[in-house]
Amino acid sequence: MARSQAVSPQTMQAVRQSGAVPQSEYLLEVSDVRKEFPGVVALDDVQLKLRRGTVHALMGENGAGKSTLMKILAGIYTPDSGSFKLRGIDIRLKNPLDALQNGIAMIHQELNLMAPMTVSENIWIGREPLTRFGLIDHAEMNRRTAALFERLGIDIEPEIKVGKLSVANRQMVEIAKAVSFNSDVLIMDEPTSALTEKEVDHLFRIIRSLREDGKGIIYITHKMNELFEIADEFSVFRDGKYISTCNSADVTRDDIIRMMVGREITQMFPKEPAQIGDVVLSAKGLTLNGVFRDVSFDLRAGEILGFAGLVGSGRSNVAETVFGVTPADAGTIELFGKHVDVSSPSIAMAHGMAFLTEDRKETGCFLLLDIQENAQMAVLQQRYVNLGFVQQEKLNKAAAEMANRLRVRTPDMNEPIINLSGGNQQKVLICRWLMTNPKILILDEPTRGIDVGAKAEIHRLISQLAGQGVAIIMISSEMPEVLGMSDRIVVLHEGRVTGILDRAEADQVKIMELASR
Amino acid sequence: MSDATNELGETSKTGLKKVRRLPPEVSILAVLIGIALVFEVIGWYVVGESFLGNKQRLSIIVLQVAVTGIIAVGVTQVIITGGIDLSSGSMVGFIAMVVASFAQTSMNARAVFLQPEYAAFGMDWFIDSSLLWPLLAGILLGALLGYINGLIIAKTGIPPFIATLGMMVSARGLAKWYTEGQPVALLNENFTWLGQSFNLWGFPVPRTVIVFFIVAIICHIALSYTRYGKFTYAIGANPQAARVSGIDIGKHLIKVYAVAGLLSGLAGVMLAARAQSGQPNMGVSFELDAIAAAVIGGTSLTGGIGRITGTVIGTIILGVVTSGFTFLKVGAYYQEIVKGAIIVAAVVIDVHRQKKKSRA
Repeated sequence: MARSQAVSPQTMQAVRQSGAVPQSEYLLEVSDVRKEFPGVVALDDVQLKLRRGTVHALMGENGAGKSTLMKILAGIYTPDSGSFKLRGIDIRLKNPLDALQNGIAMIHQELNLMAPMTVSENIWIGREPLTRFGLIDHAEMNRRTAALFERLGIDIEPEIKVGKLSVANRQMVEIAKAVSFNSDVLIMDEPTSALTEKEVDHLFRIIRSLREDGKGIIYITHKMNELFEIADEFSVFRDGKYISTCNSADVTRDDIIRMMVGREITQMFPKEPAQIGDVVLSAKGLTLNGVFRDVSFDLRAGEILGFAGLVGSGRSNVAETVFGVTPADAGTIELFGKHVDVSSPSIAMAHGMAFLTEDRKETGCFLLLDIQENAQMAVLQQRYVNLGFVQQEKLNKAAAEMANRLRVRTPDMNEPIINLSGGNQQKVLICRWLMTNPKILILDEPTRGIDVGAKAEIHRLISQLAGQGVAIIMISSEMPEVLGMSDRIVVLHEGRVTGILDRAEADQVKIMELASR
Repeated sequence: MSDATNELGETSKTGLKKVRRLPPEVSILAVLIGIALVFEVIGWYVVGESFLGNKQRLSIIVLQVAVTGIIAVGVTQVIITGGIDLSSGSMVGFIAMVVASFAQTSMNARAVFLQPEYAAFGMDWFIDSSLLWPLLAGILLGALLGYINGLIIAKTGIPPFIATLGMMVSARGLAKWYTEGQPVALLNENFTWLGQSFNLWGFPVPRTVIVFFIVAIICHIALSYTRYGKFTYAIGANPQAARVSGIDIGKHLIKVYAVAGLLSGLAGVMLAARAQSGQPNMGVSFELDAIAAAVIGGTSLTGGIGRITGTVIGTIILGVVTSGFTFLKVGAYYQEIVKGAIIVAAVVIDVHRQKKKSRA
């Protein structure tokens, strides 16, 4: 068994320091890696081989398992099973520090720097050079930083506070920090997502020089053109499974898209034909500075309008703006033919809108409160209140009926919502909105993180509601869900609508193309 | 609001585990009874008399804490929204001064607002009331100051800690400025009546205590049975979710802080009536006693959890501890040391309870 042979990270570290590191073809080699989370298999026997002096891209849709694999490589998660070889030697990393000390450094998507401290302090934190009195030797620290920056071609003052740096420069600091650990393996998670073209060029120059030093770089990206520009090899993942590894010189864009989306639609989506009525919501030129631009679409009664796009494409932001959570900087919204300034959620609700948010925990549930209260909170704006007093009995009855209709599984409506499963919590939140009798229902990832059974129930419900004439916007990262449920699909890419497809003409490849051009 | 430590497991028809919970007040009440009994027992051994058997003492226990209790009922609501109100003690000081100046024997509303020759249309008792006008002045001024607190918090988004800290310092300044540091004495008897006791079945019952209980009952109903209450809990439990559910958080917070200010004003009125004067240093550190009472009563400083019933019991616990130490002739300094420890212990228990819940 791999586990019994595994060398401890400490031994490995000692070997590495002695300089007697055996040469092997692959810097890093993982195979048969499996990782389960409650209810989901995140990684199903995947493999990855990273050669010395190469940039290796990981490709896949949202939820394909890239992030989980990366976190395993960086020691943040431990795999349930599988072998993990570093420079040809079996090893088991127990935590991120193990990984770092063995030459695997990860540059996080959300940067992990301390803004009030200087660049030098951030890079050398925990490893500060000391004077002979045991105090921190700032001069030496800044010297080392300057030397490191020179080697990498980075032009940043070591003594400046990180908080004053641009996002791009912070990223450079993160990379320098990773290099300062003498890391052989650098993991970059969508490093260009917040950079301008010029900054991307600079980053690529640094990556190329690291590659020439014989380091291995794992590069996660959604952007096809970057893949061809910087990656030597790439591996594709889909639904937690490893698909294949290729040289990026040998394939075309279309090949990769096919590998990424090439699954069959196995789940059945009970989309019932619905009577499509008049336009109820018309967005024209909606703009939120720095997030999305010039977004226009119409929504009709009885229609399910899918929103597709990668994470960060602005899908959820558009929904938030339409509901008044973050009012638009420019553009107009017409509801039922009348122009409405939707500047707060209560205005949206007054016009018959409802919004199931993406993040159940952050913006959905009141985790401290019980099911009853969670289900009732939105409708209290409109009904069941007399002279300020809540008509509790009537309201409880209505909530219980709704919960019953949605098959919320709970012994007691007074149970804290935190005790319910994700699927049931989601149903309670849908209860909350259906109790307001919405005419326009916005659903952001309505089935994320819930089991298959509950998923099918929610799909059936969405379809039913559309049949009753409710206009529905459904945002989803799951391609089959969008394709199976929507009458039309709005595709967004980097804050712009890149296409609106009809049900008949839409397929995965078309959407993927529009979403990642 | 539910307590993981008090649950009786029971299986319901659906086969799912049904949990029946005792209200969390039960455990706080048990603590109160426990503390009282400890004093009773030690009392027999050390002092040689009963702690609880003394009617006078029982009424003093509640009287001592009734003023901070009124504040605590307000601050409980603020803490449930996830905020804090540090200004209540200073507001009590300022408002006691203003109220006292309205209630001085030499003044009445006719003298202040009307020309002497004005006919009062048979409403003399109303116009001349030396009870009504000071009371109204105190309550309205309190509500106004609380409203300012809420307005600043809602409109600027600064932490409630800072906003109310500012009000705390300013209101204390106002209290001193109002008479340039002089106390206001010689109050009308009609007004000081409010601060005295009446006899009920041989028990001397202070009117302050009655006011405290009425306030507690009204606020308990407001928190449990009105939309105001539901929104208060919602904002404390998850402000983002509350916003998305269409709750105007700013508007609601202003209401809650105004209510807390109003109750501080009422506390100022009661204090001035009881002390038969207004003094600029009245109410110093009352805000901390009030917060302590709320926390001991199970209100969570992270917001979303807390009940008025718990706060009332928490207030009485503080009163029993103070009175018990005095009864045992323990010095005032020791009392403060122990009171501090009790507050910390209450928060430790609260944090522990939260952890246990999030693990479940």
